[in-house]
Amino acid sequence: MTFDRREFLKISAGAGAVAVAGLSGCATSVASARPKVVVVGAGFGGSTFARYLKMWEPKAEITLIEPNDKFTSCPFSNTVLAGINQMEDITFGYDHIKKVVDAWVQDTVTAIDTTKRIVTTAGGKTFAYDRLVLAGGIELLFDKVQGYTAEAQKTIKHAWKAGPDQTGVLRKQLEAMPDGGTFVMSVPMAPYRCPPGPYERACMVATYFKKAKPKSKIIVLDGNPDIASKKGLFLAAWKKHYGYGTDNSMIDYRPNNMPRAVDPVKMMVGTEFDDVKGDVINVVPPMQAASICDLAGVRVGLDGKPGPWCAIDYRTFESLTVKNVHILGDSTLTNFPKSGSVANNTGKMCASAIAELLNGREPDAAPVVTNTCYSASSPDTAFHVATVFRYGEGNKMVAQKGGGVSKEESELEFAYMESWAHNVWADTLGLPADYKFTAKG
Amino acid sequence: MKKSLAFALIAAGVLGAVAQAQAVDTRARFMAANCAYCHGPDGKSRGAIPSLAGLDKGYFVDQMKAFRDGSRPNTVMSKHAQGYTDAEYAALGAWFAAIK
Repeated sequence: MTFDRREFLKISAGAGAVAVAGLSGCATSVASARPKVVVVGAGFGGSTFARYLKMWEPKAEITLIEPNDKFTSCPFSNTVLAGINQMEDITFGYDHIKKVVDAWVQDTVTAIDTTKRIVTTAGGKTFAYDRLVLAGGIELLFDKVQGYTAEAQKTIKHAWKAGPDQTGVLRKQLEAMPDGGTFVMSVPMAPYRCPPGPYERACMVATYFKKAKPKSKIIVLDGNPDIASKKGLFLAAWKKHYGYGTDNSMIDYRPNNMPRAVDPVKMMVGTEFDDVKGDVINVVPPMQAASICDLAGVRVGLDGKPGPWCAIDYRTFESLTVKNVHILGDSTLTNFPKSGSVANNTGKMCASAIAELLNGREPDAAPVVTNTCYSASSPDTAFHVATVFRYGEGNKMVAQKGGGVSKEESELEFAYMESWAHNVWADTLGLPADYKFTAKG
Repeated sequence: MKKSLAFALIAAGVLGAVAQAQAVDTRARFMAANCAYCHGPDGKSRGAIPSLAGLDKGYFVDQMKAFRDGSRPNTVMSKHAQGYTDAEYAALGAWFAAIK
């Protein structure tokens, strides 16, 4: 039994169901044609979305636009800094995703007309859409840090978007650093991509130093007043493995130390209190939702005013202000952590909702979704945070009781972390069952 | 996938207001897909985390209950099990049992 749109609206109104705003203004349904779905960004959110929408509504005509020719995983990129893995272990081709979508376009989106529903790329191509899905991750705001110019970025790496020019170069800088040198790294103000990532980075660089450069130090400049994620677990790991709390600590943690300026010639980072000198400097600037979100006018907060992130309807991931535009992963304004796991799962939530909408049906009124996120604390140990979120009235996602972090680090969780990585990469990129992973946990 | 009447009733109860004739329980489908980032696409794991595909439904539900009450100790699943209802355990169990 199928409903046409008018009948569906009548029925759902009669049943007292919440009206789904996205139904209006979207004329194409699978009953009459092949609806056009344009996805921008082929990371954890966008690739997963494309793969699952194709499974759940094969009639959707999916165009996936991505500037990069390879997928480099941010999760696990800290293990490259440790020397546990190499760049190639966390880098994947898009061959399998290319086979899934109707059109793969390697290009950069330069304009989005949300009235005419047309996306334009730098290559001069245009794509009409019934539904637009923006999965561009984050935009780094270098101009918020004095001196972090294009020239400075050649020397000072953020490595918060993984890739050979970032993670790969930072690893080489650490390799070139003399024993007894100082590595200065920063933690941006929350909310930021990957809350435990900076503290894991300190563990992984310390792992490398302990083995190869034991006289070296790590200064962690944290813009936040305290460790922002898995605090007890990281402090315990720093004490156990890296001498934290003793005179001989490898890690010097400094809260309330937001980097305000960098000098790549003097190799200094300036905070409000101090100028800190380093042999290798790794500053992650403040961030906001990817700039493509601004092109679509969806970088808008819950108050309807422009903001750093994109407010969405949790049932559909549609923008609260612009119809037919959906936003995934790190770009969204949610109470989810900005993790690869969440990006992957929001891709599936959105695919499930859009598959329903394209068929003139109501999406799940109360979705349930999880986050699980592992952090490596040493070359053999890891720990996690796990949470179940359930939709609540008034567009809320409520963390369910019982969630939280590991009691302690363990070798078992290190093995689980490796398994998580293989599975989330396979799930995101559609890697075949016989795919040979090379990354170690 | 063809669903049983019991399964359909669970789904209808969960979905609430809008009664629809659907070939697939799309809510269970998403909940099962949610598990893939740790347990592998279609519940077929590529590592140390166990696969879920093809597990007996009763066994699946019993394990979720055991994770919830602590009789099967586990670091991650003891947390996730507390976030789902018994009806959702059953829907997930039926879904994974049907995967060959």
